[in-house]
Amino acid sequence: MENIKKYLGIVWIATGLTVGYFNVMIMGLPKLQTGKQEDLVFAIINLTILTPIVVGGLVTFGYYALKNEFKKNGESK
Amino acid sequence: MKNKSAIRSVIMASSVGTLIEWYDFYIFGSLAMVISTKFFPQSNPTAAFLSTLATFAAGFVVRPFGALFFGRLGDMIGRKYTFMATLLLMGGSTFLIGCVPDYKTIGFFAPLIVLILRLLQGLALGGEYGGAATYVAEHSPKNERGYWTSWIQTTATVGLFVSLTVILITRKTLGVDEFENWGWRIPFWISIIMVIISFIIRKNMNESPVYAKIKAEGKSSSNPLKDSFGNRFNFKFVLLALFGATMGQGVIWYTGQFYAMSFIGKVCEISSEQTDTIMAIALLLGTPLFIVFGKLSDKIGRKKIMMLGMLLAIISYRPIYNKIYQTTNCEKKVLITEKIISKKSDPIVKDKIVDSIRTTVMRMNYSDGTIKTITAKDTLTLSHEIKPNKEIKKSIELNRIDYWILILLVFIQIIFVTMVYGPIAAFLVELFPTRIRYTSMSLPYHIGNGIFGGLLPTVATYLVTTAKTKNNPEWYLNGLWYPIIVGSICFIIGMIYLDKNDNKIEE
Repeated sequence: MENIKKYLGIVWIATGLTVGYFNVMIMGLPKLQTGKQEDLVFAIINLTILTPIVVGGLVTFGYYALKNEFKKNGESK
Repeated sequence: MKNKSAIRSVIMASSVGTLIEWYDFYIFGSLAMVISTKFFPQSNPTAAFLSTLATFAAGFVVRPFGALFFGRLGDMIGRKYTFMATLLLMGGSTFLIGCVPDYKTIGFFAPLIVLILRLLQGLALGGEYGGAATYVAEHSPKNERGYWTSWIQTTATVGLFVSLTVILITRKTLGVDEFENWGWRIPFWISIIMVIISFIIRKNMNESPVYAKIKAEGKSSSNPLKDSFGNRFNFKFVLLALFGATMGQGVIWYTGQFYAMSFIGKVCEISSEQTDTIMAIALLLGTPLFIVFGKLSDKIGRKKIMMLGMLLAIISYRPIYNKIYQTTNCEKKVLITEKIISKKSDPIVKDKIVDSIRTTVMRMNYSDGTIKTITAKDTLTLSHEIKPNKEIKKSIELNRIDYWILILLVFIQIIFVTMVYGPIAAFLVELFPTRIRYTSMSLPYHIGNGIFGGLLPTVATYLVTTAKTKNNPEWYLNGLWYPIIVGSICFIIGMIYLDKNDNKIEE
C-alpha cells in the first residue's frame, strides 16, 4: 500500500498538469477572445486564481506522495 | 466533559449564527434576477461587468481569503470573538444591500456599492464556518464530535431552505409586482433582526475550553498562516483535506442542491414554482440525515461514510438525471389538446415610435395531466409589421406523480450530500491541532466548496453547450462529467491516503 501511495504521486502530478493544460488552453485563453464580458471575467479569474491553486496543489500533493510524506505514521522534518 | 445542556447552548449559539450567514449569502443568489434589473442593467456594460464580478468573485475568490483572514484571527485572538465579527459583517452587509438605492436613482454607485457589500458577504462566510465548526467540536466530548458538529452542517441546507421560504412568502403576500418593485428588499432587512438575536446569544457564550487552555499556557500560534502553510508536515494535511475530502464534497453538495435545481428549471423547463417546491420538500426531508450520518460517523468512522456517499453519487448521477429528463420530456407524452391565446397590449410610445407588444400563449395538455405553456412576445409596429420574437418562455406543470418522482430523485441526491457533508466538520477539526485549527481547516473547506463546487455551474454549462452543438444525443447529461470526474479523483485520493489515525486534536 505504501508503494501504491508513493507511485500514485506521478499520477497526481500528471493530473495537475493535464488540468492546467485544459484550464489554460480550453477554458482560459479562448474565453479571453470571445468578446463576452462574462467570459472575460471568468477567464481572468480562472487563469490567475483557480488554475494556480488547482495545478499547484495537485502537483505539490503528488510531489509529497512521491517523497513518501503520506507514509503511515510518517513524520517529516 | 460538558453536560448536554451546556453543549446544546453552544450548538444553538453557533448554528443559529451560521444558519443566518448562509441565509444571507443565498438570498442574494435567489434574488439574482430581481437584483440584476435594479442594480446591474445589461444595457450598461460597466454595470454588467460588476454583476459578473459579483457572481464570480464572491463565490470563488473572496471566500478562501475570508478563511485566511478570519482563520488567522481565530487562532490568534480566539474563536468566539472572531465568529462574532463575521456575523456582524455578514448581517450588516446583507441589511445594507436591502437599503441601497437602485441604478435609476444613484447611477453607477448602485452596482459598485452592491458589489462591495457582496464581497464583504463572501469574506464573512469564509471566516464563519471554520469558527463555528471548531467552536462546537472543541466543546464536544471526543466520542460525540460527529453528532454535535453535524448540527453546524445542517445550517447550509436549512439556510437555503429558509431563504427560499422567506422569498416565497414575501412574494405571495405582496404580489409579484409589489415584490419586484420594492418587496425584494424585505428578505434582506429581516436578516438584521436575526443577526442581533444571534449576536446577543453568542456574546454570552464562553471561549472554547480547549483554545482557552492553550492560550493560557502560552501555546497559541503567533503566526498561524506560517504554521499552517509554511510547515510542510501540516501543509500536506491541508492538501490531503482538500483533494481527499472537501473537493469531492464541494461538487456533490453543489450538484445535489444547485445543479439539480438549475437542471429541473432550465433544461427540463419545469415552472419556477414547481422547481422551488420540489427543491424545498427534498431539502426538508433530507436535512435530518445530516445528524444521522454525523452521529453514525462517531460509531463507524468519518471516512467510511464520506467515501461511500461519494461513490454512490459518482455511480448514480447519470441514471438519476436521465430519469429526471425522461420524466419531464413532453416529446414522449401524448398530446390531447392544444389551445392558442393571443393578446395585444395597449400601444407603447418610446422614442416617438408607437409599438404594441403581442403576447401569444400556447397551452398544451397531455394525457398524463402535464401542461406545457409556451409564451411568445412579439413587437407589433404601427404599420402592423411584426418584429421577430424577442422573448419565448416555456414552462411545464407536471402531474402529481411525476412531481413526486422528481422530489424522490432530488431527495436521493440530498442523501449523498448528507453522507459526504454530515461528518466533514468533525473530520476537518480532528485533522489539525488546536493552535492552528481555525486557519488550517477553513482554507481547504472554502477552496473545496467555493472553488471546486462553485465552478460547477460554469463548467457544466460549457460541457452541455458543447455537447448540444455537436448533436450529442445525451447532451443533457454531459454537465455531470465535471462532478463525476472531480468526485472520482477525490474518492481515489481519500480511499488511499486518508488514515483514521490522522487525528491531531489536543484534548
